[in-house]
Amino acid sequence: MANVLIFIDNPGAALKKSSLELLTLGRSLGETAVAVNGDLGSGVSAAFADYGVSSVYRPSVQDLDDYLVAAKAAYLAAAVQAAGATTVLLDNSPEGKEIAARLGIRLSAGVITDVVAVDQDGTAHKSVLAGSYTTAAKTTTPVSVLTVKANNVAPEPAAGPSAPETTTIDVPADSTSAAARITSREQKVASGRPDLTDARIVVAGGRGLDGDFGPVEQLADALGAAVGASRAATDAGWISHDAQVGQTGKTVSPQLYISAGISGAIQQKAGMQTAKVIVAVNKDAESPVFEIADFGIIGDLFDVLPQATEEIKKRKG
Amino acid sequence: MEETLKIIVLVKHVPDTQFDRHLNGEGYTTDRGESILSELDEYALEAALQLAEARGGGKAGNQVIALSMGPSGAVNAVKKSLQMGATEGVHLTDDALPGSDAAATSLALAAAIRHLGAGAPVDLVLTGMASTDGETSLVPAQLAERLGLPQVTFASSLEVDGGRLTARRDADTYSETVEASLPAVVSVTDQINEPRYPNFKGIIAAKRKSITTLSLSDIGVDPSQVGHAGSWTTVTSAEERPPRTAGTIITDEGDAGIKLVDFLAAQKLL
Repeated sequence: MANVLIFIDNPGAALKKSSLELLTLGRSLGETAVAVNGDLGSGVSAAFADYGVSSVYRPSVQDLDDYLVAAKAAYLAAAVQAAGATTVLLDNSPEGKEIAARLGIRLSAGVITDVVAVDQDGTAHKSVLAGSYTTAAKTTTPVSVLTVKANNVAPEPAAGPSAPETTTIDVPADSTSAAARITSREQKVASGRPDLTDARIVVAGGRGLDGDFGPVEQLADALGAAVGASRAATDAGWISHDAQVGQTGKTVSPQLYISAGISGAIQQKAGMQTAKVIVAVNKDAESPVFEIADFGIIGDLFDVLPQATEEIKKRKG
Repeated sequence: MEETLKIIVLVKHVPDTQFDRHLNGEGYTTDRGESILSELDEYALEAALQLAEARGGGKAGNQVIALSMGPSGAVNAVKKSLQMGATEGVHLTDDALPGSDAAATSLALAAAIRHLGAGAPVDLVLTGMASTDGETSLVPAQLAERLGLPQVTFASSLEVDGGRLTARRDADTYSETVEASLPAVVSVTDQINEPRYPNFKGIIAAKRKSITTLSLSDIGVDPSQVGHAGSWTTVTSAEERPPRTAGTIITDEGDAGIKLVDFLAAQKLL
C-alpha cells in the first residue's frame, strides 16, 4: 500500500518539472502512487518508473475535464481510499487548491496550501501574509492534503526504477451532479514567454511606462523572462489583467524581479517581496520600491531599459 | 423575468492591506485591529445587487443577505454591505469561532446558510475571489462540497436565468464558459463589475435595516466542531521574515543600463 498519493492532471506527452518535483518530494515521505487524469503516454509511464512510483491509478471515465473541480475531487477521493494513502500531494495552481479543498471535506482531511517544504513528520512549511511570515503547520487528521508550490524541490529520479501497476478507479456515479459544466473553452494566444508564476526572472512595469510596455517586453525577452505589471498598468488596460503582480493579482517569488516605473506601494510589494533579488528603476528617488531593492537606479526607464537590453544581447553574443 | 432571487453574500472584515499585518497569540491568528470590508468582497456584493435589481430589487421580493462571520468588528463589514444596498445583514459570532481553519469556517458557514435557507431556499451564495488575509482560497470550494453544490470560482461575468447560471472564467492560457444549476456557490473576480459607493440615501436606509446576530447554538453547531478544537490544521510556529533592506542605489549618469547588466552578471543572473 502506497502512503503518498500524487495527483497529476493531464500529464501530456512529458511530465512538467513541477510534477517531477511532486514525485521527488513524495518519495522522500514514503512509497508513492500517482492518480492521473487524461491520456497516459509511454514517456510519462517511463518517467513514473524512473521516479520509483509503485502504482498508477486512472479514472473509469474520460469526461472529468468537462466539469469544474467537483468531479476530479470525487475521483481523487476514491483513489486515495484505494491506495490507502495518508498524504496527498497536488500542484498549487488555483484548480489544484480547489480540488484539494473539496477532497479535504470528502476525506475529513486537513488541507495546507502554498507548501514549500515537508518534514518527515508531516510538518509543512509555507509563507503567509504576502511573505511577511514563514509558518510551520500540521494537519490533525489521519489523511493530509498538501498543495505544493513549484521550484522548491530539485527533481531526482529514484536509485532504481520501479515497475508500477496500473489500476482503474471507479469514479462515483454522482460525482458530476454537484459540478458546473464547461460548455466552451477558447485557448488564448501563447506569448512564448515563461509562465509568470513559475518564471525564474520577471520584468514588471507600472504607471511609469505610460502605456508603452515595449521596453519591458524587450528586456524580458533578452533575459528569457516573464512580463509582469502593477495594478495601475493593468487597470489602465496597457497589458492583460493576467500579468498583474500584487495583493489582488499573482504572487511571484522568482530569482530576479526587475521593477520598472512601479512606485512599489504595499499592494504591489505583497506580490513580489519574496523574490531573491530585486532590481528597481524609477524616476522618483522617493519611491518605496527603493527601500526593498537590492539594486536601484534613479533614472528614466526609457533610457535605462533599452541600454540594458542592448548590453545583454551584446554579452550573450 | 418572473423569478426572484435569494442571494447570500459572504463578506469578511480583514486587516487593511495598506498597513503592516501581524500574526498574534495562541495559534498565530491574524491581528484584525484595523479592519475593513474586504475590498474583494465588494465585487460579490455588487454582482448580487445587480442580479436583484434586474428583477425589481427588494420591493419585488429579491433578497441580498450579507453574512459575515467573526468577532464584534465583523459587524462593520455587514453595515457597509447594508449601506451599499444589501436587504438584510447577518452576523455569525461566537466565542468558540476564533482560530477556525478553512474546514471549520466552511462548516460554520454551511450551517448558517442552511439555517438562512430554512424558510425559502437560497439560490446563490456569492463570495469574493479570495480573502486578502488568509489567502488560502479554500473556503468557497469547501463550502460548496459541504452543501453538495456546484462551485464556480473566479467568475468574470455572471448571468442567471431559469434556475441556471452561466459564467465566464479567465485563466492565463484560456477563457471558458461554464453552466451550473442553482443553487450554486460562485466567487467573482475584480473584473466582473465596478462596485458602487454607498450614497447618502443608502447610508440613511441602512440605519433602518436590521442585523440578525446568530450564535453557534442558533445554527446547530457544537463549539467543539469549530475554532482551534474543530480545525483539521494547526500552525505550530510562525516567524516574522526579516524586513528587506535597501541595497545599492545609483542615479543614472548615462550608463545605468550597463551597470544594471554588470550587477546581474555579478549575481550570476544572466
